[in-house]
Amino acid sequence: MKIMVTIKRVIDYAVKIRVKPDKTGVVTQNVKMSMNPFCEIALEEALRIKESGLASEVIAVSMGPSQSIDTLRTGLAMGADRGIHVEANDSLYPLSVAKILKKLVEIEKPGLLILGKQMIAGLLNWPQGTFASKVVLDKEKQVVTVDREVDDGIETLSLNLPAVITTDLRLNQPRYATLPNIMKAKSKPIKKYTPEELNVEIKSDLEIVEVTEPPKRKSGVIVSSVDELIDKLKNEANVI
Amino acid sequence: MMNRNCRATLRFLKRSHHQHNPSLLPSATTPSSQFTSVTGFDENFTQLQPNIVEHQDLSFFNPLRNFLKNKQLGIGIQHRCYGSMGGVVQRSPRFSELNDDDVRYFEEILGNKNVIQDEDKLSAANIDWMHKYKGASKLILQPCNTDQVSQILKYCNSRCLAVVPQGGNTGLVGGSVPVFDEVIVSLSSMNNIISFDKVSGILVCEAGCILENIMSYLDNEGFIMPLDLGAKGSCQIGGNVSTNAGGLRLVRYGSLHGSVLGVEAVLANGTVLDMLKTLRKDNTGYGLKHLFIGSEGSLGIVTKVSILTPPKLSSVNVAFLACKDYSCCQKLLQEAKRKLGEILSAFEFLDSQSMNLVTNHLEGARNPFPTSLHNFYVLIETTGSDESSDKQKLEAFLLGSMENELVSDGVLAQDISQASTFWRLREGISEALMKAGAVYKYDLSIPVENLYNVVEEMRSRLGDAANVIGYGHLGDSNLHLNVSVPQYDDKILSQIEPFVYEWTSKHRGSISAEHGVGLMKANEIFYSQSRETVQMMTSIKNLMDPNHILNPYKVLPHSITS
Repeated sequence: MKIMVTIKRVIDYAVKIRVKPDKTGVVTQNVKMSMNPFCEIALEEALRIKESGLASEVIAVSMGPSQSIDTLRTGLAMGADRGIHVEANDSLYPLSVAKILKKLVEIEKPGLLILGKQMIAGLLNWPQGTFASKVVLDKEKQVVTVDREVDDGIETLSLNLPAVITTDLRLNQPRYATLPNIMKAKSKPIKKYTPEELNVEIKSDLEIVEVTEPPKRKSGVIVSSVDELIDKLKNEANVI
Repeated sequence: MMNRNCRATLRFLKRSHHQHNPSLLPSATTPSSQFTSVTGFDENFTQLQPNIVEHQDLSFFNPLRNFLKNKQLGIGIQHRCYGSMGGVVQRSPRFSELNDDDVRYFEEILGNKNVIQDEDKLSAANIDWMHKYKGASKLILQPCNTDQVSQILKYCNSRCLAVVPQGGNTGLVGGSVPVFDEVIVSLSSMNNIISFDKVSGILVCEAGCILENIMSYLDNEGFIMPLDLGAKGSCQIGGNVSTNAGGLRLVRYGSLHGSVLGVEAVLANGTVLDMLKTLRKDNTGYGLKHLFIGSEGSLGIVTKVSILTPPKLSSVNVAFLACKDYSCCQKLLQEAKRKLGEILSAFEFLDSQSMNLVTNHLEGARNPFPTSLHNFYVLIETTGSDESSDKQKLEAFLLGSMENELVSDGVLAQDISQASTFWRLREGISEALMKAGAVYKYDLSIPVENLYNVVEEMRSRLGDAANVIGYGHLGDSNLHLNVSVPQYDDKILSQIEPFVYEWTSKHRGSISAEHGVGLMKANEIFYSQSRETVQMMTSIKNLMDPNHILNPYKVLPHSITS
C-alpha cells in the first residue's frame, strides 16, 4: 500500500510575521522558510507506518514555486521514498490544491492520504479523520482507527481504506534529518508536473482584500482600590 | 582549620617571588587573630602589617562554611556557599561605615525611590547567580543618569565608602556582589537606547540595557549583537563590557575589544570620561576605553556604550554532530574553519557526560542520537546571506567529514525550532548543573591539542566522588570544566585546586578565559600573569582609584587592594 503525504513550504513558524506596508500580504523576502510543522508530523506518521511494515512506499507531494523542491528534499531526507513537485508560481488556494491532489491520487492510487491541514476528502469521496492524535492501521481488515482531538475530548473513529487523515500536534514528534539520510535523499527521484498537465485550472474564487495585523494588546493597569476597579469597569471597559 | 587552597597559593608565591617585593605577598598576622567575616562586621579590625611570610604555617579559620552551610533562606532556597576565598578576605579598615547622613545625602541627589534599603531587594542583590557568594550590603543606589553616578562616586570617594557596581548580577566569579558592606550601585534604571545608525549599524545605549532587549530592538532594524550568551535575558550591556564577555559568537565576531567603539565611564572621584565615539577608526592618543573593557568595574563605572552591530543575515543553519574522540573534534574544527570559512558563526563541543547531564535534568531535552553512544558532540552554526548556497556548502562539508570519518553521525536542523533545540542542549548545561547539585566551575583557555586532557586527568583524580564534565567554545580554545558533586566538600575542592590552576599555568593557558577574575580567582591571578604585569596593573589601579573604593577585594590579589 502506498501512502501519500503533502508537504508545504511556509514561513518558519518561529519567525515573527510582519505585514507588508501595502497590506496585500505578509513579508516573505529574506524570511526563513521551512516545512509546515503539521506536514512534518504527517510525514513522520507515514514513515512510522511504513517502518512497521504496513506500507510499501511513502510519496511526498509539494505544490508551489521551484523552491518547494528544497522542502521536498527535506522530506526525502526524513525518509520519504520519492517526491512529486507540482509547479505553480501563483498562490494556490485550498480548492485548487484539493483539485490537483485529486488528480495525483488518481494517478498514484495511495491507500492512505496523510495531510497537515488540507481539505480533500469531499472531492475524493473518502472517509476522513481530522485532528488525529493517534493512528492505528489494520492492514488485513483494511481499516484505520483514528483518535481525534475534539473540543469535548477524544473521539475514536474507524475508517475504511482508502482514507484521509489530517494531523494534530500531539500525534508524534518528527525525526531529525540525519546526515546519512540527507546523502541518500540526493538520489531519490522527484517527478515534476504542472497544473495544465493534470488538467486542473487554477482559478481562484477568493480575492484578498486586505491583510492587517491584529490590534495590539494594550498593557494592563494596576488599580489601587476596589472603587477604582469598579469605576474603570463601568466607565472605560463598559462591562457593568 | 587549614585551608589547603590558600596555603598552596602561598607556597606558590613564596617559590616564585623574592623577598624584596613584600607588597605582592599576602600580609599575615599571627594565627590566633586571623579570622574572616563575609556576613558582616567583626568586632576586631586587625591592622594588617606587610610581613614577609617566611616559615609560618598560617591557619585560616573559616566561619563562612560553618555559619552558612545549611542555612535556609526564608523562601526555602538552600544556601550553597563555600569559601575558597572566604579564608583569606578581611574587611579593609580603610573603608568607612555607612551612616544615616550618607543615606540622606543620597536621597537628596537621587530621590527617595532610588535609594533602596528594602530587605527583600537587598537580599537578592547581595547574592550571586550561583548562590555561592553572599555580601552584607545595607544600601542599593539606582542612579538614572551619568551625572547622578558621578555625584555618587564623588561622595563615596570623599567618605571612603566602598562601592560595587552591579548590572544583571549574572557573573560567575563573585564579582558582582558585595563581599562585606559595600554600597551597591545598580545600573538597572539606566536602560535607554540612545541612538542607532541604520547605515553603519552603530548602536549607542546606556549601560543598564538588558542584552536580550537590545537584541530584540536590533532584530526589528535588521541587525544583531556581536555577542550572545546564555545569560542574555538578565545580563546588562554595561556588565558585558566591564567583564569583556565572550560567549557563543566570539569565533565569528571577535571580542568586545573590537566591537565596542566607545565607552563613557565615571572614575572613582566622580570624573566623567566621555570616550563615547561612534567612529570605526579613531587613532587619537591612547586607547583608554580598553581599560574599562574587562577590568570588572575596578577602574571605573561604565555608564554608556557605543557598539558596532553586524547586519542580520537571513540564512542560519545549525548542525549537531557526533564524534568518536577528541582528536576528531579537533580536526573537524580545522576543516570547518577552512571549508565553511566566512559563514562559520559558532563551533561548540560537549562530551558525553555533559549530554547525559542535560538530558537527565532538563525538561524536554533529548539526545538527537538516541540509539547510539557517542563520546563527543559538536554544534556548528553557519550564518550567511544566501540560503541555498550556505546549505549546499554546509551539506558538502558535513558529508565530506562523514566520509573521512571525522563525524560518526549528525543531524541538520530543518527549521528554527529544531535549531533552538540543538542550542538548548549546549546552552542548558549550566542550568542542568545547578539542578544536579553543587558545582565547582572553571573556565580555562588551553591550546586546542591539550584541551581535553585536563578533563580526563581531573576525572581520574576524583574517581567516583564527582561527575567531571567538559564542554565549551572549542572554536576559541575555551574549555568550561565543571565538577558536579552532590554537595560542596573541601576534600574534593583540595583535589581540584590548585591542581587545575597549576595544570593550566604549565600549559601556558589562562585560568579565566571569559568569566573574569572577580572574587573567586583574585589571588590566583599569578597563575596567568607575571609579577611585573600585576605590578603595572596595581600602579594603574592606584592612579585611577587611589582610595580603592571601586569593587574592592576583586580582580587584583587581596594584599594589594586592602
